[in-house]
Amino acid sequence: MVDKTMNILVVDDYATMRRIIKNLLKQLGFSNIYEAADGQEALGVIAETDFGLIISDWNMEPMTGLELLKQVRADDKTKHMPFIMVTAESKTENVIAAKQAGVNNYIVKPFNAETLKTKMSSVIGAF
Amino acid sequence: MDQEQQSLIEKEATERLKQTGRPFSKNEVVEIINTVIGKMDNSSQNSQLYQELKALAHYIDMAKEELAQLNPSNIGSEHIPTATDELDAIVKATEEATTTIMDSCEQIEMIAEELSAGNMKDKLFENVTNIYEACGFQDITGQRITKVVKTLSDIESQVDMIVDILGKDAAVEAVEAVEEDTRSEEEKLLNGPQMTDQAISQDDIDALLASFD
Repeated sequence: MVDKTMNILVVDDYATMRRIIKNLLKQLGFSNIYEAADGQEALGVIAETDFGLIISDWNMEPMTGLELLKQVRADDKTKHMPFIMVTAESKTENVIAAKQAGVNNYIVKPFNAETLKTKMSSVIGAF
Repeated sequence: MDQEQQSLIEKEATERLKQTGRPFSKNEVVEIINTVIGKMDNSSQNSQLYQELKALAHYIDMAKEELAQLNPSNIGSEHIPTATDELDAIVKATEEATTTIMDSCEQIEMIAEELSAGNMKDKLFENVTNIYEACGFQDITGQRITKVVKTLSDIESQVDMIVDILGKDAAVEAVEAVEEDTRSEEEKLLNGPQMTDQAISQDDIDALLASFD
């Protein structure tokens, strides 16, 4: 069974979207939720905390979600962290690029709570 | 146009390009043509070339006039900045509204937490979840508007380029000529929602109305 006290990092440049995901995660029973507004800020948070899941947007500045994913996968200390991309980028080449970079799952915006739960379950296990 | 004439024009254009290092404006093209004509013998063949070049210069003049009538400098200085400001205002307004909606949702969740388990509690959480999901529109809308703003900025750059080619004076003359507002007095009052920094407050309106009493 999934440990619902695990640390989850939500990365999105839109504060509203971070808040939406955070609230949906709380409804699913998760309580240790961290936030970052772009890839660079996320790397700073990741360096100090061990995360059981990273949920990240793609299109952010200065560091995109894809670049964040690559850096997470390139570091021995962080490459084990499950990573879900949540983005409005829905072209086939985007999904392929994310998969090649090591993403665990991919959610296209707009999404609903059920989709988030299903994708999370496929990555971190049923809850 | 024979080879000699063509090579004269090419020679003149190459020399000028070396001097300026940029594409020619309409006036420069006409200047090159006139210079070449001046260097040529007065043969019948050259006279035919002269007529062709004169027609070309006339065509360029007409094109310049038509482009100027489109008010390119007005598009860049007024219409695009206004459109961009309106779009920014949409993003800001939707963001504020979404924040208010989510604040209320969180309050409802806190109240729902106090209820004992049951159908009512479940229904409240279910509906709050639906609202959270729907609030995602703000992110998507914001991204789409950002794309539109970028497109407008690209158009602005293209318009600036046209103004440069025409020469700023021609564009300004055209603006002055066409600037007249033909709307009726009543129509001029209808401008849609005002930008926050330009609008007067309800208090100001109340005070204004009271001043008539």
